[in-house]
Amino acid sequence: MEHHPYIPNASEAAIKRLLQEIGVASVDDLFSDIPRHLWIDDLPELPPPHTEYEAKKIVQELLSQNSFHPNLKLFLGGGVWLHYIPSVIWHLISRGEFLTSYTPYQAEISQGVLQAVFEYQSMICELTGMDVANASMYDWASALGEAALFATRVTKRKTFIIPKNIAPQRKRVLLTYTQPVGIAVKEVSYSRETGLMDLDDLTSKLDDETSAVYLENPSYLGPIEDRCEEIGEIAHSKDALFIVGVDPLSLALLKAPGDYGADVVIGEGQPLGLPPSFGGPLLGIFACRDDMKLIRQMPGRIVGLTTTKDGQRRAFTLALTTREQHIRRERATSNICTNETLCAIASAIYMALLGGEGLRELSKIILCHSHYAMKKLNSIPGVKAPLFSAPHFKDFAVKLEEAPTKEVYQLLLKKGIQPGILLTDNFPELGESLLLSVTELHTKDDIDLLAALMEEVLSKCTQ
Amino acid sequence: MHPIEFRQASWSEPLLFEYKGQRRGIQLPRLHPKIAREVGDPLKRIPSRILRENPPLIPGLSEIEVVKHFTRLSQMNYGVDTGVYPLGSCTMKYNPRVCEDLAHLPQVELLHPLQDEALVQGALELMYRLERWLCALTGMHRFTLQPAAGAQGELTGCLIMRAYFKYKGEEQRDEMLVPDSAHGTNPSSAAMCGFKVIELPSAESGCVSLKALKAALSERTAGLMLTNPNTLGLFEESILEIADLVHEAGGLLYYDGANLQGVMGKARPGDMGFDIVHLNLHKTFSTPHGGGGPGSGPVGVTQELEKFLPVPLVEFDGSKYYLDYDRPFSIGKVHGFYGNFSVLVKAFAYILLMGFKGLRRACEVAVVNTNYFAKKVREIKGFTIPFNPYKPRKHEVVVSAEQLLNETGVSAMDVAKRLMDFGLHPPTVYFPLIVKEPLMMEFTESATKEEIDAYLEALRKISEESYSEPQKVKSAPHSTSVRRVDDVRANHPRTLCLSYRMMMKKQLSL
Repeated sequence: MEHHPYIPNASEAAIKRLLQEIGVASVDDLFSDIPRHLWIDDLPELPPPHTEYEAKKIVQELLSQNSFHPNLKLFLGGGVWLHYIPSVIWHLISRGEFLTSYTPYQAEISQGVLQAVFEYQSMICELTGMDVANASMYDWASALGEAALFATRVTKRKTFIIPKNIAPQRKRVLLTYTQPVGIAVKEVSYSRETGLMDLDDLTSKLDDETSAVYLENPSYLGPIEDRCEEIGEIAHSKDALFIVGVDPLSLALLKAPGDYGADVVIGEGQPLGLPPSFGGPLLGIFACRDDMKLIRQMPGRIVGLTTTKDGQRRAFTLALTTREQHIRRERATSNICTNETLCAIASAIYMALLGGEGLRELSKIILCHSHYAMKKLNSIPGVKAPLFSAPHFKDFAVKLEEAPTKEVYQLLLKKGIQPGILLTDNFPELGESLLLSVTELHTKDDIDLLAALMEEVLSKCTQ
Repeated sequence: MHPIEFRQASWSEPLLFEYKGQRRGIQLPRLHPKIAREVGDPLKRIPSRILRENPPLIPGLSEIEVVKHFTRLSQMNYGVDTGVYPLGSCTMKYNPRVCEDLAHLPQVELLHPLQDEALVQGALELMYRLERWLCALTGMHRFTLQPAAGAQGELTGCLIMRAYFKYKGEEQRDEMLVPDSAHGTNPSSAAMCGFKVIELPSAESGCVSLKALKAALSERTAGLMLTNPNTLGLFEESILEIADLVHEAGGLLYYDGANLQGVMGKARPGDMGFDIVHLNLHKTFSTPHGGGGPGSGPVGVTQELEKFLPVPLVEFDGSKYYLDYDRPFSIGKVHGFYGNFSVLVKAFAYILLMGFKGLRRACEVAVVNTNYFAKKVREIKGFTIPFNPYKPRKHEVVVSAEQLLNETGVSAMDVAKRLMDFGLHPPTVYFPLIVKEPLMMEFTESATKEEIDAYLEALRKISEESYSEPQKVKSAPHSTSVRRVDDVRANHPRTLCLSYRMMMKKQLSL
């Protein structure tokens, strides 16, 4: 091989010079400890090398088969949402000093990432009303899995209570995390009328074995719970933890969980400046109250503010690392090492661009758009929108009274609209229904088009 | 050759919270008057007891202020783009920018994970093809691309082991063997799945002690988690015998792919007898680490274990790609969706650019670079290479500063801190645990000979200083954004400060 753009010492001459210094005759001499019959010479399944131009063309052609919003009108939420991402975010997180650095183990040379993550943690605390947030989990789902393990470590109890109307993918991850260590997961039913948690059912399921009560607000199906304080009190009456899962953007309008008794807040940080990226990378939020009993059991990295040893200057560093795997090994609070730091920095940039007031203003716009969409859809004969009577933020379920949802969905798809997520398989009790999401990106025209086409399709289906 | 002179930017950049005033860095869309008329004030429909009274106390800045703030912060950080970064077991190689461009395409970033399969055929095909490439490179049968990081890959692998033994009715297998030289994530991941961790002492060679392995194997053994080359950079020469022993005892062999760099394109874990393999795309396959993530930790398995992989897998029915959830023996899901897709795009592009030949060359040059360093570093007073110093390493080597500490009082940590004064990123320190005062060095294929020489020169100078004026080393760094950080204060319950809110509540003067 001659010169290679990413391998400065790739040429035979360069290698030969180094081999002479090492004192071996060939590259293969450095691999002579690998049993000879394990050596491979070629793998025809792998591609040949490509120039940058060729590689770009191949990937672009492959990906051109994908459709995306707004060329295609997507009314999709359910855990990942479509929001506007200011250009400046990508430019800042693409700076090589951030992008190409490793975890800031050496604090003195890594103050930039450390301060940015501290700022992210601090902003998450302001949104959630918690005192401590970690540097990130992989996503909301793994944050939930970790929250269940956390609750058992704190309380030494092994039953975790969740709402029945949880996101199906999140529940699946939760069960993957909890089953091997024998944590039982119990589900609390919800009202078909309001969509909110059945508190009688909650009380009956709670006992001295309950590690935590987990609430999602707004719920996966959209309704906003207003009896949060009561739910927290019910959990605490049995000394269980109260854990709340959130879309952080909703917290610009809704009360911070810390103000209604939550011990831990988890959630999906993606709405705070991250593109949906086909579901990853996302940004798992994990925050708790200032209570050493909780903090010591936190999973993941946490950046702390301190000073230099000479006391002359403010400095940031990874704090409480003795909880972590590289020190505590099998007794660590979690195995997490690489997390989603760059996403956390992106979301700190996003929040700084909006500020608390901007976040609130944006959330109000979203609220108006979703309410307009619900109103428009509800005016169509045979459509109930929203399906539940409780108030909503950006996600809402819609019931089709007279038509098969799958057929309507397919017909709308052909017209360039994906009208949300089919709920029928995961929530058969809701009948023919869809979960839609509307954000600031869905304009009046988009919503009017959805309503018009929905009406047209429905009239065909019911004829 | 003289070490580079270096002075890192040192802005006394305030916290965002300390900027005065509520400004705005983005123009929000204006509400359409018709929408405003139709919906009125929807906040009135939400009971007041759940409404927030005031906006969250999050500072708002203009766009240019935000740009300056984060540009300054970035200048107080160090990446592969800044200089040589031989952080052992982290494979800090160059991240080609074209891969970033491709991952930033709207066809990647704007895809919603719940879009109808017909609308995301390109994404599914990319995942399908990437999976086949990873299978070929490692000699495994199938891969899941779902784990978001190496440690989550380990968790997935351990869950697959558990599911396998449950399926076979051998649930008594609750012990996981882990060498004492293993990455900390190994025992931690095994414990998260409910396994009891049995630590295997290394032999004098630094490799797995066959005697200790034989003694530890039993009908309770679920498996052995092995890194090969191991964290000392040594290839486990007895790997075939190890695999036989583990399999004869009824256990499974797990490959920690953090060190795949050392054999990539030269030998395959599948051929060595490994049953489960995780890879770190953010190490070996050049996707940037982003100051701590996002990463990606795909897991490959043998044909026998395929049915336990997480759902969904991407399948092809001859005309279209689809997500297969109909897998009754699956361990379930470890990620909300399909993993870190945009990271997969970067790795896909990287493999295309490199081809098999390029990947193999990357491995060879990384190994040559590290052995060149190892040869030279032995000549520096105070530094030794434990465990058979003359045996070739693979992609990494562990140097011990024990002699330096004994003779001068300068520790491995002091050396690491002083290296920064020369504009060099320190190696991994205090790991692996079986070496005293370890400095774990990994020069990837991205390092030039001149950079390695400069690194050696810096170590030579630090050695001299340690013997002549040790205080200079012990008080380092002097040229970074901040001087040595007070870890005691950072962790003391009274001064512990993990957020701006905590700082205000505790009235800490920081």
